Order: sequence, then C-alpha cells, then structure tokens
Amino acid sequence: MITFDNVSITYAGASEPTVSNLDFTVPEGELCLVVGRTGAGKSTVLRAVNGLVPHFTGGTLTGRVLVDGRDTAQFPPRELADVVGMVGQDPLAGFVADNVEEELAYSMESIGLPNAVMRKRVEETLDLLGLAELRDRPLATLSGGQQQRVAIGAALTAHPRVLVLDEPTSALDPGAAEEVLAALQRLVHDLGMTVLIAEHRLERVVQYADRVLWLPGGGEPAIVGEPGPVLAGSPVAPPVVRLATVAGWDTVPVSIRDARRVSAVRGTHTALNAVRGTLTASNAARGTLTSLLDASGVEVKYGKTRAVRGVDLRIGDGERVALMGRNGSGKSSLLWAVQGSGPRSGGTVDVRGQDPKTMKPAQRRELVGLVPQTPGDLLYLETVAAECAQADRESGMPSGSCRKILDDLVPGIDPQEHPKDLSEGQRLGLVLAITLTAVPPVLLLDEPTRGLDYPGKARLAATLKDLDAAVVLSTHDVEFVAEFADRVIVMAEGEVVADGPAAEVITSSPVFAPQMAKVFAPLPVLTVDQVAGALSA
Amino acid sequence: MTLHPGAWWLWGLLLAVAASRTTNPLLLGLVIAVAGLVAVACRTEAPWADAYGVFLKLGLLIIALRVVFHVLLGGITGETVLFTLPEIPLPSWAKGIRLGGPVSAEGLLFALYQGLQLATLLGCIGAVNALANPKRALRSMPAALYEVSVAVVVALTTAPQLVASAKAVRKARRLRGDGARGWRALRTLLVPVLEDALDRSLALAAAMDSRGYGRTASVPAGTRRLTSALVLAGLIGLCVGIYGLLDGQASPYVTFGLLLAGAGLAIAGLRLGAKRVPRTRYRPDPWRWQESVVAGSGAIAAAATVFVSASGGSGLVMSVVPIEVPTLPLIPALGVLVALAPIAVRTR
Repeated sequence: MITFDNVSITYAGASEPTVSNLDFTVPEGELCLVVGRTGAGKSTVLRAVNGLVPHFTGGTLTGRVLVDGRDTAQFPPRELADVVGMVGQDPLAGFVADNVEEELAYSMESIGLPNAVMRKRVEETLDLLGLAELRDRPLATLSGGQQQRVAIGAALTAHPRVLVLDEPTSALDPGAAEEVLAALQRLVHDLGMTVLIAEHRLERVVQYADRVLWLPGGGEPAIVGEPGPVLAGSPVAPPVVRLATVAGWDTVPVSIRDARRVSAVRGTHTALNAVRGTLTASNAARGTLTSLLDASGVEVKYGKTRAVRGVDLRIGDGERVALMGRNGSGKSSLLWAVQGSGPRSGGTVDVRGQDPKTMKPAQRRELVGLVPQTPGDLLYLETVAAECAQADRESGMPSGSCRKILDDLVPGIDPQEHPKDLSEGQRLGLVLAITLTAVPPVLLLDEPTRGLDYPGKARLAATLKDLDAAVVLSTHDVEFVAEFADRVIVMAEGEVVADGPAAEVITSSPVFAPQMAKVFAPLPVLTVDQVAGALSA
Repeated sequence: MTLHPGAWWLWGLLLAVAASRTTNPLLLGLVIAVAGLVAVACRTEAPWADAYGVFLKLGLLIIALRVVFHVLLGGITGETVLFTLPEIPLPSWAKGIRLGGPVSAEGLLFALYQGLQLATLLGCIGAVNALANPKRALRSMPAALYEVSVAVVVALTTAPQLVASAKAVRKARRLRGDGARGWRALRTLLVPVLEDALDRSLALAAAMDSRGYGRTASVPAGTRRLTSALVLAGLIGLCVGIYGLLDGQASPYVTFGLLLAGAGLAIAGLRLGAKRVPRTRYRPDPWRWQESVVAGSGAIAAAATVFVSASGGSGLVMSVVPIEVPTLPLIPALGVLVALAPIAVRTR
C-alpha cells in the first residue's frame, strides 16, 4: 500500500539529508509504527506519504514514494486526500470548521461528494468513533482525547486507504490515549485500513503494531521488521523490551501479556520473588521532612468554573512529587496558583514564611521557579547566548551562571543558535537553566516530558534527581513517574483524590501502573533498573 | 433549525434601505423597535446573539458624537438660540469653520435626526448579526468566492487564538521577573505571539492541503476571462444601483434597472466561476417559504418607504427650519410593521 523506493529527503538549506536511502513497504491492512529519537526524521517520513514533503515544505526528494499506486511526485497532497488521511500533532491547529459535524464533512466537501453520501458517512463516523453525542459541540470545547478522535474521524470520512498519524497520544492522559488507540485498532481490524503512526510513548502503542520502522538518524540506514527484534536494538524502547535485554530473554515481548508469559517460562518472576526483600524501591518516600512549601485550601476559579477546589499541599525539602490526573483536572492551575503568577481565589501559600503571590515577579522566581507547558513562551531573544545573558541580569547573578547550568543540563548547545531551532529537549533544558539561574528552593514543572524521547526523559529524570531543590511536576507519563518521583498526588475535578508514596499510588490503579508493576504484580517493582539490580544481586 | 442567514441579511439590509430614506424620528424609532423585537424574538442561544445590544450602544454613541460635534463646530443656524458658547476666533484661511458660538434648537434637532438615522442603520445590521450565524453566512457564499470565504473564516478563528496566545505569553513572561518595560516589553510579547501565529497558520495550511482544499477542475482560459468580466461588470452595476437607491435623486427606473442588470451579470459570473471549484456543501441551508417571507417582509418595508419618498410623499424628511412636529406617515409605517413577519414564521 505504501512503498518508499530508495527515498532521500533534503530540506532547503540543510547540508545533509534528513532521511536517506529509505526503502520499505507497508502492506495493506497493517499498522506500522515509526520510531526514532527526536529529530531522526519521523515527521518527515510521515509527511512524505501524502506529498506534504516536498510539495508543501519544499526541499528535494529523490527516489519514489508510491501510495496505492500513485506517485507522490505527480500528486500534490490535495489530490491524495481521498487516498491518505493525515492527522497532525496538534489536532486543534488543523481544524477548519467550528463544530464536530462540519469538521467531519470538510474533506468530503473538498473532494466534491454528493450530499447524501456525506450525510451517511458523517453518521457512520460519529458512531465508529463514539462521537455521536458531541456532534454539535464547538471543537474548542472538547477534551484532548475527543479532539484527537474528531481529527481521526475527519480524516476517515473521505474513505482513505491509508491513515497517517503523528504522535496521536503524546498530549493525552492515559485514559484518553486508550480511547484513541482502541478506535485505531478497530479501524485496522474491522476496516482493513493501513495505518502509519509515529509515537514517542511506545509503551502505549507498540502492542498494536504489526511492523516497526526504526529511523536511527545520523545517516544510518533505517531498519524495518517485527516490533520486538527491531526495538531490542534501538535506544528508544518501551520498558518491556528493555526488560528482555536485562533479563536475558531471547524472545522480545512487546505487550504486558507476552512479557508475563515469557517471565513465567524463563523463571524471572520466581527469581525476583526469591529476592523480594532487596526490592526496596529506589524512590521510596523518606521519613518526615522539614516542610518547605505549605499551601492550604487553594482555590482557583475561572468565571464560574472551579478549576482547583480547596487543595492542601505540603512539600518537604528535597521531595520529588509527581502530579497526575486527567487533562483538565486542575494540575496546571494548581501549579500556577502555588507559584503565585497565576490566579488564586482562596487559600494560603507559604514558602519559607512568605506568600509568593504578594511578591514582585522578580523576587517570586527566586522563591518558586515554574517551567510552563510550552517552554518556548519564555523565550524571545535571537540567540541562546542572549537568553542566557538576559537570565543572568534578571536574576542578579554573575554573568555566565545560566550558561554554566545549561552546560550541566544539556552540554554542547551552540550559543549562536536561535532558540526556535533547538530540539524539544534542548529548549526545555534552556528554559530549565533560565529558571534555575535564580536558584529557587522549589521548582515546579508543567508537563515537561511532552515531546521528549526515552533517552531525553531518562536525562531529565536524572537531572531533576540531582537538583538541590524540591521538585513538583505534572505529567501523564507513568513510566517517567516510576523513574523520577518519590511521591505521587492524583487530582480529579480540582481535588486531590490520592496522595502518597509513588510505589503505592501508581501500582494501585491499572491506568497509572507502569509496565514493570503490571508484569511482576504483585511484586513492588516499578522500573527496569530495579529489576536489573535485583537480578544481579 | 434556524433560518438561512441570507434571508436575514436581505431582511436587515432592506430595512436599512427603508431607514435611509427618512429622518422622521417616529418612523426611525419604529424601525429600531421592529428590528429589536425581531432580534429578541427570533434569536438563538448562540454566542453572537447578544450582538444587537452592542450595536444599539454603538448607535447611542454615534448620536451623542453627532450632537457634540454639532455643538462644537456648528452647522445649521436657526432663530431659536438655546445658548451661546464662547467662540474661538480662527485665522482667515480657516474661513467657514467655526469653533463654539451660538447653538440653536433647529441645528441641535437636525444633528439629532441625522444621528438617529445612522443609529437606526446600525441597529438593522446589529439585528442581522444577532440572528445570522456569521460563519454559516460565509459558508453560504457562492462556490466561486469559496477561497475568499475560507480566508475570512480562518481569520475569524485566528483572532481569538492570537488573544489566547498573547495571554499565555504574558503569563509566562511573569515567570522571568517581567523585567522589560515599554517598547522592549511589547517586543518580548510580539515575537513569541507572532511566531506562534505563524506556526499555527502553517499547521492549518498543511492540514487543509492534506484534506483536499484547493482542488480545482481545469477550465479553459476563455471561460476564466469571461467570468472575470461578468463579475466585474455586475459588481459595478450593483454599486451604482445601490448608490442611486440610497441617494434617492436618480430616477427609480434607472436605479432598479441598474440593480437588476448588475445582479444578473454578477450571478451569471459566479455561476460560471463555480465550475472551477468541484466542491460540494454538507447540509446546505435550505431556502424554504419561511426564508421567502422574511426576505419579502423586508422588501415590502423598503418598497413602501422608497415608493412614498420617490412620489414626493410628505412626512419622511423632517424640515428643521421652521421646526416641524413629526407625524407618522401611514404607508411607510405600515410597510415597516410588515417587517415584523419573521416573528410569525420563526421556527423553534
């Protein structure tokens, strides 16, 4: 269905090709997963399938891309709209109409289908993706998972043979991600749709994949094949795959179910059980800590909506806390209210005897630092060096302080680079460095793991563990929480519904449990490193 | 089920035509009342349904401005001087302009009438805005103007996004200590907001391209040129016709002839142009008898006023020197009342 025939793509102005000599075929009815580190060219490959590369982005494509027998060199994206359905990273940015029903109809209108056909297909798609009760809703009022399903539906109504999705679950909470993936699986199984997905959160999607395309980047040839064997050799691999390497299994499982089976056959579970006494969680909660941040009864209201409803939050010195919960459960609002720059309509916040809200922004950031969800909002100068110098001035620190922190976090960033051109991880590092220049004793991060690959996340976890500050971060990423946090707070509807040591809170819920906890339940393991440590002991 | 936005626009514009031919405060008041009544009775729960109130306030502001300008700058002078402002002498080259001086009841009334007329026109447009979904109205544009209407829709969605993006950046800026002031602060706000807007536009353009936006059927060059010529000629005819209609000086035969010919040419051009765009429309707004009633009622209101005005009927244009006590002219008033018809045919 999709054939890449010796394809190399070079963007205008780039010295070397983004992807080179790509040769692979995806047969009809398969779900193919594209993996690779940030910047390895995953999006480029996806966009080449419907001709956006090079028709829309510019650049040079050598070789041939065939989709359903059509050569993308001859067909621009709009002429392929009835063959390839494309779902971009941010569904809201790609919406054209203003309510669900009209959005679903848009592609069909462009293709020029008769009204009767459109009516029928819109109804079918509403049912297929469970959107029927949302049909009249304005798109902006939908939740992230619903928006993603509408975007998929909007691509489906044109009855394409191929569906291409760029990180469909990255921004979603675990529940919403399940919703979207279940819908996708249905398309592959019931409708025989060919699906191509790029995704960072492999632990979510890899069990649905028939085939994996690994782009190693840096001029290395791409590798295509069965998910297990391909991922075993790649630096981007979900915990179950890394478990196979650590435990010395010769078959590489990609799902929890397979891993449990292999573990039973190979006796890994028994071996772990024998040493369960040594399985002290590396990030178990420590005893009583001196309280550093003390918030009580925090309320945040936006008009009539109560985003945060009377939350009490005590953070001890050096604690590492993960804030979890659905999209829209009030995590961001709480972080902003605690930092003092966001609205707070009730309650008190006390950091070292002071309320950050009453302080000037410049002093506030010396008490509590906050890295927002889109770190780029903080950057506005033309070079990394200028941003660093500005941060030193803002914090009243000797010049070079920020640059030094940045070099510790992410070494080797060219000072003359434009912040816009940095990779996701580098940009986060820069903003983190700017925030840390003020040496705040409390650091808050709002969804820092978005857009980071596995090595990037491991690096972030290590960096945050080494910090001499209490860290509170909100995230949907359970594997990251397992690596990083010693305490987890779960929010729902603006209230705290669970608060306790990480191992207890995340293993007690099937939605939040990390893969290792699921594989070895009821043993208290959270991470692959723990398993490795226990087995080698 | 709501009515076709085109019907509301016709109704509102025709009501505005009626208002444009009179300065009689009673008749103008009647038009405002009719527009307001229909706007309140037929409006939906939609967010744009409050538009009438906003336009009404704008109208009051215009009346106030017109009166204030008259008081300060003068205009019509009359015998009944109410009060005299100190006059500021101007150099001889500014002859004809007066600052301050006597303010007469006649002049004040004239300004008031004119302001009221403008406010009434605004009220008619406001009522339409409250009743017709602006985006659906754009969707109902002829296929030949499809690209233009998409551009407007995108612009309409981008504006609130820009505001949201600016808010987010301002919020984030506080995290850096908010050091910059004045021009620098503006710059630090503008750069990320514009970058964000650009990123969004590119993402949207890519999404629209992937979804078949801009598919065109090939049309011979001759047809394309003919389309342009027809549309251009038609629009010129319409413009001149509308000017004649509002001005009221030209012969009604010429005016209506131009209007009809212009409309015909433009429609032919748009029909021909639509061949280039192979797209179809999902659940197009139907034009049923209710829509005809709504548009027709507006037409009757306009026709009654225009007819009386053209045949030299009295009571439409108020004389201020000497001051005349306004009376309600019968035929135009009845015509305007017909424009209440949408209330009778509204579908809930």
